[in-house]
Amino acid sequence: MPTLTINGRSLSVDAANDTPLLWAIREQLQMTGTKFGCGAGLCGACTVHVNGEAVRSCQTMLSDVAGKKITTIEGLSAKGDHPLQKAWIAEQVPQCGYCQSGQIMQAASLLAKNPNPTREEVVAHMDGNLCRCMTYSRIQKAIMRAASEMRTASATSSERRPT
Amino acid sequence: MNSHVKNLTPETTDLSRRSFLVGTAAAGLVLGYAGVPGIESAAAAAPANFEPSVWYAISPDGLVTVTCGKADMGQHIASTMAQIVCEELGAKWSDMRVQLASNDPKFNDPVLGAQITGGSWSTMMNFEAMSRAGAAGRIALTEAAAAAMGLPPYFRDQLVVRDSVISHPKSKKQMSFAEIVRSGKVTKTFTPDELKAIKLKTPDQYTMIGVSVPQLDIPSKTNGTAKYGIDVMLPGMVYGKVVTPPVRFGATVKSVDDSEARKVPGFLKAVILDDKTGTTSGWVVAVANTYANARRAADALKIAYDSGPNAKLSSQSLLDEAKRLQKLDDSGQFFVKDGDPVAAFGSAAKVVEAEYTTSINIHAPLEPMNATAEFKGDILHIYSGNQFATRSGAIAAGAAGIDPKFAVMHQMWLGGGFGRRLDADMMIPAVQAAKAVGKPVKVIYSRENDMTMDFSRPLTYQKVKAGVDGDDKLIAISHDVVSAWPTARWGIPDFLTPSVDKKGPLDSFTVNGADFFYTVPNHYVRAIKNELAHNATPSGQLRSVAPGWTFWAVESMIDEIAAATGKDPAQFRISLLDGAGKNDGGAQRLRNTLLAAMGLSGYGTRQLPKGEGMGVACVSSQERASASWTACVAHVAVAASGAVTVKKLTVATDVGTQVHPDNIRAQVEGAALWGLSLAMYEKATLKDGGIEQTNFDSYTPLRMSQTPEVAIAVIANGEKATGVGEPAVTVVAPAIGNAIFNASGARVRALPITAEAVKASMKA
Repeated sequence: MPTLTINGRSLSVDAANDTPLLWAIREQLQMTGTKFGCGAGLCGACTVHVNGEAVRSCQTMLSDVAGKKITTIEGLSAKGDHPLQKAWIAEQVPQCGYCQSGQIMQAASLLAKNPNPTREEVVAHMDGNLCRCMTYSRIQKAIMRAASEMRTASATSSERRPT
Repeated sequence: MNSHVKNLTPETTDLSRRSFLVGTAAAGLVLGYAGVPGIESAAAAAPANFEPSVWYAISPDGLVTVTCGKADMGQHIASTMAQIVCEELGAKWSDMRVQLASNDPKFNDPVLGAQITGGSWSTMMNFEAMSRAGAAGRIALTEAAAAAMGLPPYFRDQLVVRDSVISHPKSKKQMSFAEIVRSGKVTKTFTPDELKAIKLKTPDQYTMIGVSVPQLDIPSKTNGTAKYGIDVMLPGMVYGKVVTPPVRFGATVKSVDDSEARKVPGFLKAVILDDKTGTTSGWVVAVANTYANARRAADALKIAYDSGPNAKLSSQSLLDEAKRLQKLDDSGQFFVKDGDPVAAFGSAAKVVEAEYTTSINIHAPLEPMNATAEFKGDILHIYSGNQFATRSGAIAAGAAGIDPKFAVMHQMWLGGGFGRRLDADMMIPAVQAAKAVGKPVKVIYSRENDMTMDFSRPLTYQKVKAGVDGDDKLIAISHDVVSAWPTARWGIPDFLTPSVDKKGPLDSFTVNGADFFYTVPNHYVRAIKNELAHNATPSGQLRSVAPGWTFWAVESMIDEIAAATGKDPAQFRISLLDGAGKNDGGAQRLRNTLLAAMGLSGYGTRQLPKGEGMGVACVSSQERASASWTACVAHVAVAASGAVTVKKLTVATDVGTQVHPDNIRAQVEGAALWGLSLAMYEKATLKDGGIEQTNFDSYTPLRMSQTPEVAIAVIANGEKATGVGEPAVTVVAPAIGNAIFNASGARVRALPITAEAVKASMKA
């Protein structure tokens, strides 16, 4: 039985190694925040982090993630208060909401590396994530809001750092 | 007995004949309309045997939970219903909660008498009933509080209800809703007349309506906790993957060889559907212990089909048939028959004729179709996000071979609806697989199943002929609309419309919008059913339905007439929106909306660079009786190659009354971008009887990089609240087409618009 390191826990799943990570997360671990959209890596609804990189879990087999750290929407923050999640609420982004776990995970991998993205960088990074309700402009605004908040927080904490 | 097992025969839904009951139950205070009309039965029901249609409840800790009988697919209708109750009740917004209703008839729409969500109808049709429900609750709570405070009746007018607290400023006494509910003393019955006599707030008294309160469902949609149909987990549940035939409809299964599937671990059974509801044809479900294994087993099945009568059809053959039908004098039925266009054309100084087409389009909500079925005793439980629980429950029951009153639909959040989830096809494999394996089964379509078996927006062909007199005045329009009939497929007579030429009912969901608000003295609209398309590509209702194609034709043609007579297309529209006769009121609102869009976009105020242009369109929505008013100015750039860049969309919409301004903007923007997506990026085609597009590589909705700026002006003029989820879909394509003409002189008449078509028209 493969063992997954997921959201800081080590969990074994009863599934073959060639099972897509998506279905192991959803069915075996019953973490249903990660969504099935296309099964072909075309929509981004199933996006999770593997060692901090955004990947499509429908295209990632269990054998690909052995010994790697997986993070899902349930593990992005302890209380659903990642700056992106707060920004998603502040901008009232979701309509049906089905794609938004994937959108948030995709955006989180951008901000982890690039705390000050341009609009063009945001669009290039997010273009693989479909939103059928077409909430794209609010997604962009929320990412910019979260980036700004994260920069402020990090500037504040570095100011306080003893010299 | 299961509380849902009740007579499904529609009771009269006229709420004006129903009492409103407020009473104390185990869980707190429950409030709702009497389940049956008439005061006698209501009085018998309250309070000892209290069982109203629980529209909302107030728990002993003061939380107010509103039950929403509408499908919430991202329009936040549950939150909106709570907001309307909250306004009259006087509760604090942070105390409000929502829950989704089952298909129990007691949650039926008060106006429609069924559970159906669509047509941008919900707010408009429920505003009054929800307002009175909230007000009745406030009155009952106030009377109980006054009694508890020991105030004489003539002091009761001095009580103030605000933020879930009832206070008496003079005596400084106050009680919270929670305290009043805990007192257990709130019981009141409003007769229909008493309910009607309640004076609702006037707009100047609103404190909630018109405020963009935080949507109640949004936090759960940022942390993965919102439960959609696909997320349902039941003990002992197994999984089903459907295998669908190569043709969209009409195939039958000749044989299934499951010898390879049996080698897949966890495989349970291949179930051939026996669908007596006629919703599906030639489907098989592979059932296994996990979805991954169900997919493996599905792939391993070897199925022989009889492809049926539609196996040679293509988009071209459906279009050819549409053209043939349109040419026949006796085709179809009349939806509008004003004056005599034929005679008018004879005397017209100028006649303009054109054909307009739209392709097959696929809903493709991001949550693929799914349903979970479980038999528990005599009761069939279905878990699925669905827009038409009344009909879908009946179809699920039909698939199970049981009486519909034994089918319970558990509503879930919808991962997109757009009209797709008005249909019930997903119930059938879930029900029959659950029956076959004796376990709860969750069936999930692959994206390929979802796209190729969509109840799509039909391919449409429209022929429009217009005549102007010697003064360049538009005197006649005849408009033929040929398509599959999506609503006729439901088999519910109430949803069809009598034809004006008394040739039997027609599907007005193919011609709505063609009965526009322009003043044209001689006007014919003919609805022609394309039987070939109807059978080969069973069609459905896609966001905005008929106006998505009728306004493409009407608003393009109006532009063509303006061009033929040398008039500014916006000013020409304004002259036609004179409000004469039956158009009084509506035409003026549409004219004002168009003016607002022109103003916001700067239409006509500056010279645009070469290759750029602006186009206008203005539309009402779905039925004239439930019309709304939307206008768009599209700003495009057209390259020499014919490639079109949409630089900006400016949309103005008159919504009468705004319940939630921010949500209106979200809906209008989403709808406008849907319009753009359908106008430029989405096209499905039929070949050999099957839909060719199978996933988001070949069927390509708008992505972030293709999203232009959308400027929105919302007009709230105090008229009744209208729907906003759909109209902006329909206005965008003609505005873009007209902008392309303005920029380049190229006239496009087929959706979606392609660079090739633009270039070909530029040369012509």
